[in-house]
Amino acid sequence: MSKLIPLAEAVRQFVRDGDLVYAAGFTHLIPFAAGHEIIRQRKRDLTLARATPDLIYDQMVAGGCARKVIFSYMGNPGVGSLRIVRAEIEAGRLDWEEYSHFGMISRLQAGATGLPFMPMNPTAAGDLERVNPNFRTVKDPYSGGEVVVVPALKPDVAIVHVQRADAEGNAHVWGIIGEQKEAAFAAERVILTAEEIVDENIIRSDPNRTLIPGFIVDAVCQVPYCAHPSYTQGYYDRYNVFYLKWDEISSNRDVTMSYLDEWVYGVSDRDEYWAKLGQEVRARLKISSRPSVTVDYGNY
Amino acid sequence: MADYTSPELLTINAARLLRDGDTVFVGVGLPNLACNLARRTHAPNLLMIYEAGVIGAQPARLPLSIGDPTLVSGALAVCSMYDIFAFYLQRGNVDVGFMGGAQIDRFGNVNATVIGDYAHPKVRLPGSGGSMEIAAWANRCYLLTPHSKRRFPSRLDFRTSAGFLGGRAERQAANLRGGGMLAVVTDLGIMEPDETGELVLTALHPGATVDQARENTGWELKVATDLRATLPPSPEELRILREDLDPHGIYLKGSA
Repeated sequence: MSKLIPLAEAVRQFVRDGDLVYAAGFTHLIPFAAGHEIIRQRKRDLTLARATPDLIYDQMVAGGCARKVIFSYMGNPGVGSLRIVRAEIEAGRLDWEEYSHFGMISRLQAGATGLPFMPMNPTAAGDLERVNPNFRTVKDPYSGGEVVVVPALKPDVAIVHVQRADAEGNAHVWGIIGEQKEAAFAAERVILTAEEIVDENIIRSDPNRTLIPGFIVDAVCQVPYCAHPSYTQGYYDRYNVFYLKWDEISSNRDVTMSYLDEWVYGVSDRDEYWAKLGQEVRARLKISSRPSVTVDYGNY
Repeated sequence: MADYTSPELLTINAARLLRDGDTVFVGVGLPNLACNLARRTHAPNLLMIYEAGVIGAQPARLPLSIGDPTLVSGALAVCSMYDIFAFYLQRGNVDVGFMGGAQIDRFGNVNATVIGDYAHPKVRLPGSGGSMEIAAWANRCYLLTPHSKRRFPSRLDFRTSAGFLGGRAERQAANLRGGGMLAVVTDLGIMEPDETGELVLTALHPGATVDQARENTGWELKVATDLRATLPPSPEELRILREDLDPHGIYLKGSA
């Protein structure tokens, strides 16, 4: 059964005020178009979870969508500070809950596998465990030693961007796979955005590449260039210029708001955004080809 | 005036700490450059692992983020974030981890979280990322930083990741698998832990003095009895960095 709907419709149906949202993707495949749609629809009181909030959550916080962030590294990757989330936290206007990367991902792993919590070996640093009571210590029933545990994270909705999917949401992903699969399996509802919608036969031609099975997906949206200014491996490059530029934009509230006015509220969808970017930027993001050697599954 | 910059000095000295065959958990910026420099000089069999889940990366261009697509194309393997931390780091498959942070104390503990009170931070820093686990489980940890009192305070505002905790005995009692902070490379020299786990000055770079190091350290810095002098960056090391690895000086430009 086809689950293909426009992204605006998917956000309207599956993202609700007050939700815990996990927009996945570690540097790669960050679903910016979905973040912008959430800002445009003025969703409120969201708890935004991501290992790395990245620019997408900086923008959603600037857009007034968030009540709280859950993260493990809050920076502008490769550039420096994530200014808006940081300023809101420093001003006491935004709640936050913080982990190490492994703690954060272990929470998702527990959520994705139906376990109540996940154990980790101790790191002894201590302070993060002291300030975040979700870190607990339990006795290893076998050795008698101690392990650190974190509770399952179960987002209300996960948003996952992929290279290609069929209309049911069976999705092929390659390149950095971050926490895409874990976020999708941990969440109650899943919005899948894809660069391309392909025939089921293409998915079936390479089943090992399917990271997310369609039966856990609620909505499938065809959104080319969804990840810009992050990237989609093999499709287009990361636009580092914008990551640098955001550092300037986000240092001033008025400039931030005019950015949102022009590039989020001022366009109706990603197609319009992409057209507005202009020929020169689009040309710069093109990449040359480096295909893998195909494998032979055998005809059985 | 030296004919190299401070970031070049840090990178070259970090590269020299790496051994051929090491598996390195590497971040972007100077650690990435140090690894690629080592690979092109004395450590051709260095295996680079990135926390984004990339194993055996051979970046064809300078990666600008921890998840740059150039790390993936031509890599040996790509795995999930859970797998990289669990199968690779926690399992004990990482020899060297590079740390970053705003503050480092005398026992090599690191603060990457906040300046001031945690609940009402004066400066909110990015936070742990992978560093809490790297510090605990990589066999050898290194850190590159300019030498200043602000970086080396007598007390951390927050202990994000473990060096030797309150001393080598405390780390041993905590039963962590990794060996802890084994070298801090600064623009003045190198600090390494003594038998108690305290960082002491063990080497000076050309032109730097013990007094400078002491003035720029927030605790009473001890000096090793066999204080060494590092070799100045070689023309070949500088050439590889400037011509091949960071031709636009994105990470390496700085004052000489």
